[in-house]
Amino acid sequence: MSSARSSVARLRAPTLPRQAHVGLAVAGIVAGAVLPFFFASGGGFLDDATIALAYVVMALGLNIIVGFAGLLDLGYVAFFAIGAYTMGYFGSLFHIEANGGEGIHILVTGAAAELPGIHVNFLIVVVLAIIATTIAGILIGLPTLRLRGDYIAIVTLAFGEIVHRFAINGDEVTAFGTKLTNGRQGITPVDKIDLPFVDPFSSLNLRPWYWVAFAMVLIALFANFRLRDSRLGRAWIALREDEVAAASMGVPLVKTKLLAYGTGAAFGGLSGAFLGSFLNTVNADQFQFSFSIFVLAMVILGGLGSIWGVVIGAIVLSFIINRLIPDILNEVPSKIGLDFDLTELSFGIFGFLLVIMMVLRPEGIIPERRRQMELSEGLEDLGVGDDGVVHTRVP
Amino acid sequence: MTGDTTTDGPILEAHDVTKQFGGLTAVNDVSFVIPRRAIVSLIGPNGAGKTTFFNILTGLYKPTLGQVRFDGRDITGGRPDKIMALGMARTFQNIRLFGTMSALENVMVGQHARMKAGLFGSILRPPRVRREERHVREKAGEMLEYVGLRPALHEQLATNLSYGDQRRVEIARALASDPKLLLLDEPTAGMNPQESENLTRFMERLRDERALSILLIEHDMKVVMGVSEHVTVLDHGEKISDGDAATVRSDPRVVEAYLGKQEGERQHEGGEAG
Repeated sequence: MSSARSSVARLRAPTLPRQAHVGLAVAGIVAGAVLPFFFASGGGFLDDATIALAYVVMALGLNIIVGFAGLLDLGYVAFFAIGAYTMGYFGSLFHIEANGGEGIHILVTGAAAELPGIHVNFLIVVVLAIIATTIAGILIGLPTLRLRGDYIAIVTLAFGEIVHRFAINGDEVTAFGTKLTNGRQGITPVDKIDLPFVDPFSSLNLRPWYWVAFAMVLIALFANFRLRDSRLGRAWIALREDEVAAASMGVPLVKTKLLAYGTGAAFGGLSGAFLGSFLNTVNADQFQFSFSIFVLAMVILGGLGSIWGVVIGAIVLSFIINRLIPDILNEVPSKIGLDFDLTELSFGIFGFLLVIMMVLRPEGIIPERRRQMELSEGLEDLGVGDDGVVHTRVP
Repeated sequence: MTGDTTTDGPILEAHDVTKQFGGLTAVNDVSFVIPRRAIVSLIGPNGAGKTTFFNILTGLYKPTLGQVRFDGRDITGGRPDKIMALGMARTFQNIRLFGTMSALENVMVGQHARMKAGLFGSILRPPRVRREERHVREKAGEMLEYVGLRPALHEQLATNLSYGDQRRVEIARALASDPKLLLLDEPTAGMNPQESENLTRFMERLRDERALSILLIEHDMKVVMGVSEHVTVLDHGEKISDGDAATVRSDPRVVEAYLGKQEGERQHEGGEAG
């Protein structure tokens, strides 16, 4: 009796009161929003921070598929690619013959309004990218419906690779008078973000870019939190736990899985469209298999299913890859007399980090409550407490 | 959705249901009727095909032949979630709760088919969705109290509950959808005589208070004989006896199925799936 009560207390102890949560969230939003004022508006830090935020959006999208619904997706890069190509198609010189060389312009101002090619306002492009990736998400979902676990991973991996191959070889495929992609040359330049009531964005002042990325993160966070504690979120977790029981309790498997794929993919498309514009290129080499693993590693490192964990995981990994290794530690090997750059070892370092993490803290930086229970279950069943004393539990 | 006019006639009818797995016939030509507001039992030795039959009724398996009618509708080969939505809920032989969800959340999942919130409703949470969510949460709490789970344990993860409490939560999860027919697969497995006795009383309460029909798979003959109005016996996938408890108990074929024949004992074919 008393042991049951104490385990209830243990479960509740780490959760903060609601006001504390709201307070922390507000503090976090304010801190995130004013951060750019402390750094040079054109500097490397803001560049890295903006990319990190775009990665957070993708990691939060993948978290819905893998963390919530338990569908191991190894082809997430496909959604990045589709989002970025949507930006490339509707915001660059790519369709240079469009409208007889005059160009098509929808709600764009500044330089883009004068150029040939199709130029559509960024907000519309985002909507198109979300629609395209949601459809792609559902398409990739369909063949995996009858599969479980590792087999889903294999099919999604293949899907990511198919999209990558299309991106590489698309410059040799012509449809409706234009090439499918620009292959490794890339579609460049890409239109800058053009929002109503503000000056067109430029690559010299990175603050507006940062704020747009930050707003996208807030949207993704909001959706993640709301979905987690909803009818749909519970259905996803039920599905992850036991498909047969979930179906028998009235959860429609096909619809629920496809909603997970579609929703998760939509965030990949949103972030992809943003990165297409921010990086100013849509290049086939951006969409390699390793990127899918990179996003998955953010989710796992942060804590599968744990929303804050995923945010931290994405920021940490993205800074390690984009700043720590190339800018700060790159010279270290040559200083100690070795003949290579650290960037050549990026993925080695990064794999090493994952291994270390899995040994020290397999549940991630900020574990999800449910996963933590699952992973610590073994010890608990033995009744071994932190003090090493064996407690027998009387139910 | 469930408010129809067919309130007379049996709640469930199975006609000549057959299920083959490759060469193995797990259920052979079984016909079966469950009247409204009745408790009926399905018994038989291990591997007799009881759970397979359960899985056919709930839509996990499609029958090779035969028809299943529930509440006046043909549900043969229908999807499990749709059959659940029509008002047939079940528990599992080896408890299948969602281990990392709390007892309360488990019971909330049980109401999935009775809820409407979709993707955008879940994200934007308009008043309609908030009301629904509050209602579902309250109802889940009530169901857990109804099956006798102490309030202190409502927020506890299902995997941390004792065996008996897990059985309770599973029944609450099934009841939360307001079913017309409840299928219990060996609910007293692992219970002591006192607990089995309590469960027997509880089933009678369900039938009387909630106008439920119950189909019970059970090995504990004391429970079966005490509570069932009608007993059907399966052996090797075939119905070998049918009738009230006393009739079935004295049927020589039933005795033979359980205790074996005097000469030339038949071999047991395993094959109870699910």
